[in-house]
Amino acid sequence: MFFQQVVNGLTIGSMYALVAIGYTMVFGVLKLVNFSHGSVFMVGAYLTLELSLALGGNFFLAAAMSLVLTGMLGVVIDRAALRRLRVKKADRITALISTLGVGTILDNAVMIGFGSETKAFPNVLQLGRFTIGTTVISWVQVIILALALVLMAIMSVIVYRTQMGCAMRATSQNADAARLMGINVNQVIAFTFFIGSLLASIAGTMYGMYYEAIDPLMGSVISMKTFACVVLGGVGVLPGAMLGGLLIGVVEAVGASYISSGYRDAIAFAILILVLVLRPQGILGKKVADKL
Amino acid sequence: MNSIYQALAKRQGLVQILLLAAAAVFPLLVSNPYVIRLSILSGIFIILSLSLNLLTGFSGQISLGHIAFYGIGAYTAAILSKNFGLNFLLCMVAAIVVTALFGLLLGLPALKLGGYYLAIVTLGFSEIVRLVEINWMELTNGPLGINGIPKPALFGIKLSSPRAYYYMCLLLVVLTIVVIRNILESRIGYALGTIRGDENAAKFMGVNIFRYKIMAFMVSAGIAGLAGAFFAQYVTFIDPTSFASDQSTLVLIMVIFGGIGSLPGSVIGAVVLTLVPELLRSLMEYRMLIYGVVLVFMMLVRPEGLLGKINFKHIRQRCTAEPPDGKEGS
Repeated sequence: MFFQQVVNGLTIGSMYALVAIGYTMVFGVLKLVNFSHGSVFMVGAYLTLELSLALGGNFFLAAAMSLVLTGMLGVVIDRAALRRLRVKKADRITALISTLGVGTILDNAVMIGFGSETKAFPNVLQLGRFTIGTTVISWVQVIILALALVLMAIMSVIVYRTQMGCAMRATSQNADAARLMGINVNQVIAFTFFIGSLLASIAGTMYGMYYEAIDPLMGSVISMKTFACVVLGGVGVLPGAMLGGLLIGVVEAVGASYISSGYRDAIAFAILILVLVLRPQGILGKKVADKL
Repeated sequence: MNSIYQALAKRQGLVQILLLAAAAVFPLLVSNPYVIRLSILSGIFIILSLSLNLLTGFSGQISLGHIAFYGIGAYTAAILSKNFGLNFLLCMVAAIVVTALFGLLLGLPALKLGGYYLAIVTLGFSEIVRLVEINWMELTNGPLGINGIPKPALFGIKLSSPRAYYYMCLLLVVLTIVVIRNILESRIGYALGTIRGDENAAKFMGVNIFRYKIMAFMVSAGIAGLAGAFFAQYVTFIDPTSFASDQSTLVLIMVIFGGIGSLPGSVIGAVVLTLVPELLRSLMEYRMLIYGVVLVFMMLVRPEGLLGKINFKHIRQRCTAEPPDGKEGS
């Protein structure tokens, strides 16, 4: 029973983690909480579903197209709703409200375009399940967790080992100095949005396959959860987002079955608040020196 | 534009009296109950955004969970008046006290956390409050909500006509404005301003961070609780959906839209953003889409909000110091 909940929690947590990585990358580079990210995740799932219907059931091609399109959507969001604010050096909270507006637009555009009802999502990976002791694990769960870990590793390589990653870290530390060093900051930010949205699309597709259903409001729930995951792990730290995602997934699943399913989200948030009070920079976050 | 602001600033007293008079005469000229109802809702959101502006705009503490206080106030008033038959004035006072105590509770982590860490804590707080409202059946009747909340009555006279509610709401709005403005123009206001500017600097200037942050949270929460108590007694039915986190972001949007750190801005932001979705109602499902577009467009065109960087006090001081020939820049 306990291990069953841990396995379920890890599966959900992997999806949180993927969305959270996109979140934390954008935060790391722009110091901006991107509230449209949950909606991008939802759009990714819808694109996969609608494209695979349009392509006559070619699910993997649809998923691949959804990745690219969702990634481009991220770039468009940055270009249309955020770049101008950077140029004007507006307050960060203004950019936050702008992303809230983008989220509203995306949610409602999907509702108008595809209907507001819950839609069935095909689970093409009918690979069955296996049992260890009394714990039932489906192969989809294994694939989701493995995919999350692999993507996490790829992201780490991109951020810490490539030239683009170096540019991202430089922009994150000081955008103006990075510009003086010849880094095209807007391009770096566009790339960050592309990668982040692409991961959100993968997470959206996996979410659809796991629950076999999607609806236009699934983004807003995920958005809040992943924000919590990011902060719990330490803002702007990639492994932190992964850890935060898995932790919140497991705590939620275990808490829901042992304490009360009605309080599922409350348990996750209560733990988050406790951790932050004890360790304000998050679990893996570095303590930033106070400007003194 | 500058000369308009100067003219407004110079005749501030007159403008305020005229606005108040207009608000007071308004329900006598308009008898459409729908319009009165919208005005009352705007009034409630004015109170909410003013109280959030005190916390976020003037003290720099970003809160994404302000609606939780509103909900706690509403439930406190509803339960006390329905189950214990308390007079509505006592209910409101009780709502203020209870929410202020919750404000104290939320203010404690704010002493250690700042920026987005605080934002997620407030968001988590409001989610926990909402889930308690949904799940604690014995106290809150869960998702079914509480209905049949007694309407306010004073000395046996029922105050339940739309106009009576309107004037009550107007009174609360004026009271909120007076209280917040007095706070901001006192020592406390300056202390909060320094905390927003630089917490360390404030500490070295001898500002008691603990005291003023907690105070900001308690006052802001108490005012939001008052709005909740009024809301509960106005609609006589409350359920947890009115206090979901999207409502928190709505109030934050009103504050930013009107201009962060501007009291007239909050009033205008609350009224405009309450009315816009109503005016767009005929557009059916395109309503919220357009709302989102308006929001993004507004942020891009005027990132500081409608009245964001317009400080009427400074404009007034400049006007009285120099002849108002309109040549002075803003």
